[in-house]
Amino acid sequence: MNRRPGFLVYGLLTAFVLGSAAPLYWSLIVGSHDKSVVTQRVPPFIPGGEFFSNAQRVFDTVEFWKALGNSLLVSTVCATSVVFFCTLAGYAFAKLRFRGSNALMVFVVATLAIPTQLGVIPLFIQMAKLGWTGTVWAIIVPTLVTAFGVFFMRQYLVDAIPDELIEAARVDGCTMFGIFRNVAIPAARPAAAILWLFTFMTVWTDFFWPMIVMPSTNPTVQIALQQLQSGYYVDYALVLCAAVLSTIPLLILFVLTGRQLVAGIMQGAVKG
Amino acid sequence: MSSHPPTAPAGEVPSSTSPAGPARSEEPLPQATTPVPPGLTWRQRLSRIDVRFSPYLYISPFFLLFLVIGMFPLIYTGYVSVHEWSLIGGKGEFVGLDNYRAVFEDRYFWRALRNTVSIFLLSSVPQVILALIIAGLLDTQLRARTFWRMSILVPFVVAPAAVTLIFGNLFGDRYGLINSAIGVIGIDPVAWHVDTLASHIAIASMVNWRWTGYNALILLAAMQAVPRDLYESAALDGAGKVRQFRSITIPMIRPTVIFVIITSTIGGLQIFTEARLFDNVGLGGSDRQWQTVTLYLWELGWRLRNLGMASAVAWLLFLFIVMFALVNLLLSRRIGGGGKS
Repeated sequence: MNRRPGFLVYGLLTAFVLGSAAPLYWSLIVGSHDKSVVTQRVPPFIPGGEFFSNAQRVFDTVEFWKALGNSLLVSTVCATSVVFFCTLAGYAFAKLRFRGSNALMVFVVATLAIPTQLGVIPLFIQMAKLGWTGTVWAIIVPTLVTAFGVFFMRQYLVDAIPDELIEAARVDGCTMFGIFRNVAIPAARPAAAILWLFTFMTVWTDFFWPMIVMPSTNPTVQIALQQLQSGYYVDYALVLCAAVLSTIPLLILFVLTGRQLVAGIMQGAVKG
Repeated sequence: MSSHPPTAPAGEVPSSTSPAGPARSEEPLPQATTPVPPGLTWRQRLSRIDVRFSPYLYISPFFLLFLVIGMFPLIYTGYVSVHEWSLIGGKGEFVGLDNYRAVFEDRYFWRALRNTVSIFLLSSVPQVILALIIAGLLDTQLRARTFWRMSILVPFVVAPAAVTLIFGNLFGDRYGLINSAIGVIGIDPVAWHVDTLASHIAIASMVNWRWTGYNALILLAAMQAVPRDLYESAALDGAGKVRQFRSITIPMIRPTVIFVIITSTIGGLQIFTEARLFDNVGLGGSDRQWQTVTLYLWELGWRLRNLGMASAVAWLLFLFIVMFALVNLLLSRRIGGGGKS
């Protein structure tokens, strides 16, 4: 192989990775000093010892525990629901034959292009009528099943399940749902894990819709971050400490599952 | 074979479960009205209902939800946009296209449009170029490749709200790290939160920071599908690494590049969080220097409580995105010097 990379490649990649990490590291530095840190002429280059007292102030200033709980709840429920319903629909599109399946699949893909903002006003009016604004339902219900998820699972399951296996199960007298449970679900597991991760991260990091429907008394993590920043004077030690705190759960998830996430992005690209 | 009923009952649509029968006739009849041949047991009949209706049952959650939270709002937005409609008071009079006229006459709309396009260009163009370069660097026989791939994805884990708060501090007008850094090399501090172009650069850099690694992985996946012998023969012909990248890699992965450009267009034109949280007021600057269309929509609807006008903006934004995606598609077909495929 003549493509073994030299120092230049490693050097450039290292520079890029350092650049990617720098803003996070900077927020750790600011978030772990007291608030005078931002006005120092020469900023410190290592984290200080105030992180936990800043964190304490975060929890005293906004409902951060509640925010963490809400975010964890909505992200988990949405991710799990999306995985279940999208596997079900994706399996039907990939492996079952029924009238109109092609047209319906095209429809699913077409809905991918519709921006959320377009429907946000009626959705808000609807949620207000149902009395769901301000509750986690307003966030959970619209994300119970997604077009992206259906598409993603279909693409995966088309090749993942041999048709003969379904035929054989049917000959053995398996019900349709039995086949789904015993054949499709085991085969879908790798893609389901990736879809779960993606949905969890998307819901966790979403800001626009929660900002519209969630009040400051019942925030998600992202809304709590906004509250910390929206005062007349921005205390950056506090704000960036909260930014770090809000990222820790996803960083843990990333350390545990980053490999699958990378594989998922690359797989989606090849097939999509 | 078991997907076909053993005997097709007379008068029934021939086997709707058979492979690929596109739109032959009306919906399959419910079992009550179907003449049942005497040979079928209750169990077999149940099983046929199961086979026929299960697919529809499985896809129904998506379509039901889409009907309620996708389709209905889509149409309803149009309905709201031709009425006077207040956030508090609800529906008012029918006003025809007045809301649209009001939007077109509002200079902040045009400013928001300009800002959105400017931020979008500043974020998508450098992002795609940088992602191509990073992907090219990763598409080599690297040691510890999983480490590199995971490392470039770290920014993607940080939520846009957190990214914006961090960058809002870095780009601080008075005490920001970036102004201190450029001060060292003798450049005057930049008023990132005052100057229009400077604020656009700051916001675009947030988007670039979060998404470049992600897009690089997508491009990398496409690059790995390029047959290696192409590079070998090019190398024999004396083409250097850069020349190979430009003449082989980029033309070969063009569909993926177009995919990345289109998705970043759809995302870039909807930028909201970064603009909203760039300062602590959240309206896009004292003179709306960095207010995007989505932020403008939000200000109309939830600050000025004019949902009618906000709905008009939503529709215009949609048309705008469709238009941009089409222009993009046409332009990006030219990437790679008009190569084939």
